[in-house]
Amino acid sequence: MKRHMFALLPLVLFIVLVALFAAPLLRGTDPSKIESAMIGKPAPDFVLPGVLEHERPFEHADLLQQDFALVNFFASWCVPCQAEQPVLTRLAAEEGIVIYGINYKDNRADAVRWLEKHGNPFTATGYDNAGRVSIDWGVYGVPETYLVNRAGMILYRHVGPLTWHDYVTAIKPLLKRNGP
Amino acid sequence: MMKYILPAFLLTFLAIVTPAAAVLPDEIMDNPVLEQRARAISRQLRCLVCQGEDIDESAAGLARDLRLLVRERLLAGDSDAEVLAFIQARYGDYVLMKPPVKPATYLLWLTPLLTLLAGLALLLRRLRFKPAEGG
Repeated sequence: MKRHMFALLPLVLFIVLVALFAAPLLRGTDPSKIESAMIGKPAPDFVLPGVLEHERPFEHADLLQQDFALVNFFASWCVPCQAEQPVLTRLAAEEGIVIYGINYKDNRADAVRWLEKHGNPFTATGYDNAGRVSIDWGVYGVPETYLVNRAGMILYRHVGPLTWHDYVTAIKPLLKRNGP
Repeated sequence: MMKYILPAFLLTFLAIVTPAAAVLPDEIMDNPVLEQRARAISRQLRCLVCQGEDIDESAAGLARDLRLLVRERLLAGDSDAEVLAFIQARYGDYVLMKPPVKPATYLLWLTPLLTLLAGLALLLRRLRFKPAEGG
């Protein structure tokens, strides 16, 4: 009897491994999405020139002007950003959320034209041509969206285009829980 | 024609196995000692865009920006450990090619040892319970 149990060991191990590998696939976990190391940390200090000509610079102090702000990293060469822009526009218009935009490694003329075409829901924009400020935020691709509270603390990061469903399930509960 | 096939094959093979660095000429530092350190540090940092590659061998834009940042920190006088900590603070443990040993990763690091011990235990059991069949 005991010997038969040992003979089954490889099969049992195999089944355990299959379960381990299948679980993230079935859950829909995307391995390319990495958890941010910046959650619970203060947003980095920065000053960036505005994307639009008449715009003032966008800086860290702006983050402290409202209870919550979203900081969205975008680029004119980023196709998923186009899909996301109507969602950001709706968030600003219907939910009254302050959204700042940081333009990542882009050409200024392209960025201006992109904002004209796809809409500009941003309270202020920053032009991060070198991508250096984005590195301080821990950005590794666009689009990425960070939730910051009045203390300038990063509460959440979303990788990839933000959908309305993402807002309702992930961001809205955070606004409630951390609300003033 | 035929005589070129073998050399061509060998050259192709060499091209495949030679580790390719993605460092561009304009990134290389004037100080060769610092450049050596920069290369060594770059090989310890993961490219988060490509994930399987370190930033020294990745052609991704972010990898290049991080290589330049590593060199900038070295010029500013950072030690190797300080440069790694600087990047890790922004991108987390995952940016390190070699995961740090800490409670969350004990299982990861100890798994090979545990597997070896389990195998030894099984082997000893077999040898002890069935000495007659041994050999």
